[in-house]
Amino acid sequence: MANLRIQKISGHAGPAPGQGVQRQDQVAKLIDTTTCIGCKACEVACMEWNDLPFRETTFNNTYQTMPHMAWNYWTLIRFDERPHEDGTFQWLMRKDGCMHCADPGCLAACPADGAIVQYENGIVDFQQDSCIGCQYCVTGCPFNVPKFNPQTKRVFKCTLCSDRVSQGLEPACIKACPTGCLHFGTKDDMKALGEARAQQLREHSSYANAGVYDPAGVGGTGVMYVLHDATNPEAYGGLPSNPRVPWTVRLWKGPLKWLGNLAMIGGLIGVTLHYLRFGPKHVKDDSAGGEA
Amino acid sequence: MNAAAQGIRRYTMKERVIHWTSALTFGYALATGLAFYSPHLYWIAIVLGGAPTSRFWHPIIALVFIVTLAWMLGNWLGDMRITAVDRAWGKAMSRYVENKDEDLPPSDRFNLGQKYFFWVMVWAGLGLVTSGSVLWFPEMIQWNLRFLRYAAILIHVACALITIGAFIIHVYMGTAMVRGGFTSIILGEVSPAWAKMHHRLWYQRVTGK
Repeated sequence: MANLRIQKISGHAGPAPGQGVQRQDQVAKLIDTTTCIGCKACEVACMEWNDLPFRETTFNNTYQTMPHMAWNYWTLIRFDERPHEDGTFQWLMRKDGCMHCADPGCLAACPADGAIVQYENGIVDFQQDSCIGCQYCVTGCPFNVPKFNPQTKRVFKCTLCSDRVSQGLEPACIKACPTGCLHFGTKDDMKALGEARAQQLREHSSYANAGVYDPAGVGGTGVMYVLHDATNPEAYGGLPSNPRVPWTVRLWKGPLKWLGNLAMIGGLIGVTLHYLRFGPKHVKDDSAGGEA
Repeated sequence: MNAAAQGIRRYTMKERVIHWTSALTFGYALATGLAFYSPHLYWIAIVLGGAPTSRFWHPIIALVFIVTLAWMLGNWLGDMRITAVDRAWGKAMSRYVENKDEDLPPSDRFNLGQKYFFWVMVWAGLGLVTSGSVLWFPEMIQWNLRFLRYAAILIHVACALITIGAFIIHVYMGTAMVRGGFTSIILGEVSPAWAKMHHRLWYQRVTGK
C-alpha cells in the first residue's frame, strides 16, 4: 500500500511506482521557536512513540543534556545563548531534526534501491530493510541529520511519524508540545500560519527581522521554523542559512555518472575494435637470431 | 613459440601470487563498487551475496588490494622508472598499437605502456584509499570539515573510473592482444623469441646475448 504512494526512490532504476497515482497534500511541521520553552517534551514523546532505547544524557553546565542527535535520538532542542549589544541576552531554543526536504540530499546520494523514499505527501523516510549502511546519506544531508548505528550498520532519523500520519494522526512531538509552538498540517496551511505569526512578531514586537525558514536551496522543507531573526539562522544551533545538496553529489550522480558509463562502454568497444582491426601480436619465430 | 627453446623466467612465484591476489581483490572491489555506482548495476551486489554484504566487504577487500599495490611498488620500483629508452619508445607508440613492432625502439623489462599502467594504478589507488577512508567513516570527519566528505565522493569515483579504463586495456592486452603475456603471469616463463620481440633490452640483460 505504502509502495503506491512513493514519489521518489533512492538508487532506483526507472520511475518511482507511486508518482502521481494518488491525490495527496504535502504535509508539514511548523516549529515556532518564539514560543518554545525548551521543555523537551517533544524529545520524550519521540522516544516513547518510536520505542527508542534509552540514551544516557550528559551534563556540562548547560541545558544541552543531549549534545547531538543519535541513531536512537531523532529530535532534540538546541539551546543557544545569544548576547545582545545592550548587555542582555536571549535564549534561542530550536527543535532540531530531519527537515524532510522537498529535494532531499540523503536520497540523492543513496545508492541502495529503496533505502530512502519520499512519499507523495512529502515525508522522507528511511527503510532500514533496504539500507546497506554506506552512510552516503550522512554526506548528502546539508543538515547533519542521518545517524549511523554501528551495531546494526543501518542509518536512522526522524520519520515525521509516517506511521501516525498515514493513519490521520499528527506526529508524536506535536501532540506532546505544551505551548503549542509545534504545528502540523498541510504545507500551504503551515506556511500561511508561519507567515502570519512572523508578521505579528514584526508588527507587534521588536523582532523586525522575524520570518519563516523554508530554504529554497533544497526545494523548501517539510519542517519549517518561525525565527525571531530570519536573517541569522546560524545563531540557532548552526541552522544553515542557505542549505543545498552538495554540488559534488550532484556532479557525481549526474554528468559524471553518464560520462563514466560512456567511457566504460567506449573502452570495451574500443578494445574490441582494436582486436578486429589489428588482431593479436604474433611472435616471429626467429632463426637463431643475431641482433636486429 | 619455439617449443625447443629454453623458457626464460619472467615472473617469480611471489610476483605471480601477488599479481593474482591483486587482480582478485581489485575485481571484487570493482564489481561491488560498480553496484553502488549505478542503480542499473545494483544487481551485481545481489549476485555477490546482497548489498549489505557487498558494502561490508568492499572496503576490507580493497585494503588487501592496497597492500598488494604497496608490495608491487616496493618490488618493481626499480623496473618501473621511466627512462630515456621509454621516451624513445613512447614517440613510436602508434607503431606498437598497429602491431608494427619491428619498427619500435627496444624496451627493458617493462615497456612504457606497462609503466603507465603501473603508475596510474599506484596513484589512483592512493586516491581511492584516502577518499575511501573518509567515505568509510564519514562521522569521523567533523561537521565543519565536511568539504572533505564532499571532495572524497568525487575523488573516489574519479579514481575508480581511471582504474577501470586502465584495467580494461590491461586485461585486453594481457589476454587477447599480446599472446604469451597471459601464460607468463600464470606459469612465469616466456620463450626467448617472445622476450626478444617485446623486451629486447631485458632479454639481453638476463641472457647476456
